[in-house]
Amino acid sequence: MNVIETKGLSKRYRSTWALRDFTMAIPAGHVAALVGPNGAGKTTLLNLVVGLAAPSVGTVTVLGGEPAGSPAALDDIAFVAQDAPLYKNLPVADMLRLTSYLNRRFDDGYARERLSELGIPLKRKAGKLSGGQQAQLALTLALARRPRLLVLDEPLANLDPLARHDFMATVLAAAAETGEGEVGGMSVVLSSHVLAELERVADYLILVSGGQVQVVGEVDGLLARHRVLTGPAGAADRIARRLPVVYVRRAGAQAHLLVRTSGPDEPVPPGWEAHPVSLEELVLSYLREPGAAALPGPARTQKAEPMEVTR
Amino acid sequence: MTTRSTAGPSYRDTRIRPVPWRRLAWVSWRQYRLSAAGLVAFLGVLALYLLIMGLRVRGAYDAAAACSPAAGGPHCQDAFNLFDTRYAATAEVSAFVLNAVPMLAGVFAGAPVLARELEAGTFRFAWTQGAGRTRWALARLALPAVTVTAAAAAFSQLFGWFYYPLFATRDSAFAPQYFQLTGIAFAAWTLAAFAIGALAGVLIRRVVPAMAAAMAAWAGLLLAAVLYLRRHYETPLIAHNSGRGAPGIAPWVISQWWTGPNGKTVTSENEMIAILNHLRRGYAEWTVYQPAARYWHFQLIEAGWLLALALLLIAATIWLVRRRAG
Repeated sequence: MNVIETKGLSKRYRSTWALRDFTMAIPAGHVAALVGPNGAGKTTLLNLVVGLAAPSVGTVTVLGGEPAGSPAALDDIAFVAQDAPLYKNLPVADMLRLTSYLNRRFDDGYARERLSELGIPLKRKAGKLSGGQQAQLALTLALARRPRLLVLDEPLANLDPLARHDFMATVLAAAAETGEGEVGGMSVVLSSHVLAELERVADYLILVSGGQVQVVGEVDGLLARHRVLTGPAGAADRIARRLPVVYVRRAGAQAHLLVRTSGPDEPVPPGWEAHPVSLEELVLSYLREPGAAALPGPARTQKAEPMEVTR
Repeated sequence: MTTRSTAGPSYRDTRIRPVPWRRLAWVSWRQYRLSAAGLVAFLGVLALYLLIMGLRVRGAYDAAAACSPAAGGPHCQDAFNLFDTRYAATAEVSAFVLNAVPMLAGVFAGAPVLARELEAGTFRFAWTQGAGRTRWALARLALPAVTVTAAAAAFSQLFGWFYYPLFATRDSAFAPQYFQLTGIAFAAWTLAAFAIGALAGVLIRRVVPAMAAAMAAWAGLLLAAVLYLRRHYETPLIAHNSGRGAPGIAPWVISQWWTGPNGKTVTSENEMIAILNHLRRGYAEWTVYQPAARYWHFQLIEAGWLLALALLLIAATIWLVRRRAG
């Protein structure tokens, strides 16, 4: 089952296209990271997924074929928008009650336990909590709905490093609790530009740029299919003509090439060294080279190199 | 939540029971109660004032009326005149304040109800909960709409009671400055003002500009109704003092003029003064008016179109909420 599936999805705001012909699928059971530069269309995509916006062209379905925004979809998807909007004049206890009254399911015991672990007083107004506590409260309200899909839009943007760590720990614990990977367990999709944090948590990557999908696939698979070659800068162009190079970084006499590979056994050109690539490096390389793509199936732009097939 | 994914979408949709209205009403009340408290405080003070003044006005009126039941006479006329001069200003001020009540409902209850959610971004929270945005918006609008309308209905009764003696001595309830404060028109104006505010809120998406727009739109509608629309609810009657008799008790006089012996309308000031000083033969006074008996008919027409307008505006508001992109 795919928790999110888009086909030719496009969204136009007045005269500009925020998303253009966006086709991808995220299978259930993952913590999927939606990565891309500001303005790439991440928030637009998530708004379409949770039904806040409607597509201009194309379709988006969730949880194995439900139309986004349908009663079934709203019932099973919990969304924490950017900056975790809460009713700031309501005490935490009333936010709990309000959320439980707006939903068919609400695990009040879980919510209260989480909040007491976090040291968030029920009587305090939501607006008087610290930024990290507000994010945690919004996340707790979302998790207490026992969703099958948790969607988080830039949850880490305004948090300090410690709060980021705690926030992601809560997300991962909840995903693990519900039985990761099983049908019926909770899947997570989060957008972020905090790359370092994603490396630890995400096992599925969607890289968006310019309103289109650039890279999509399981993180392990993507890492296994790329490697970095380090060698003399003078020979870089010659290698780049022979191998599917994504990005060339030159540092003095040395050049670092991010290269697609069929696996670790592929021979290394003489005089070059091969290293595994980190997720952060992979993402940065693709971000610097918006023309390159790694997609399952045919990709978008005119591409001289063969496409990566990840499944 | 174990085997649900095996079912198809249509099966699941029919199986999902909507979130109960009672719970949505609590949500609505919890978020509305602060502004409701403000309105209650304001209306409470106003009601207390009307009640106290009403008792005094009615006491004074009864005293004047007890003067000389049958004949009247100059002495009793003086008692009525005294009553009138003493309480006319009070009545006019309270009518003026009361005229602002529908506007307050539009500005402080109607405009913020959705604009605050849109301005603060909390609609992203509210519209992605299981209840769905349509039911949420209906609950958010219905509760304040019903309470302000009910409060307005009670107020127009109170005002009618307070004002009754003054209708008797000087003004008709049909007078344009009081018509929308009495009967059922006042409640309808309040509901319409609320609906105008709600629609302005969802269109403008910011609280303060939506309040300003609601105030302007409501004032424009009231002026249009008082100055142009209301007199055309029914074709007015025409009377002249030499023929078909007077327009009856306490009519709403729309226009009056004099005609000379040649049948032409008197326009010169000198001729007018001459007529007023001693009525000359051949001159006739013409009056275009709505008889007081049409009061309830007019109330029904005015309340009817305002109710239709309010429902239309609320439907447009819900429609905008449904299609509004996040």
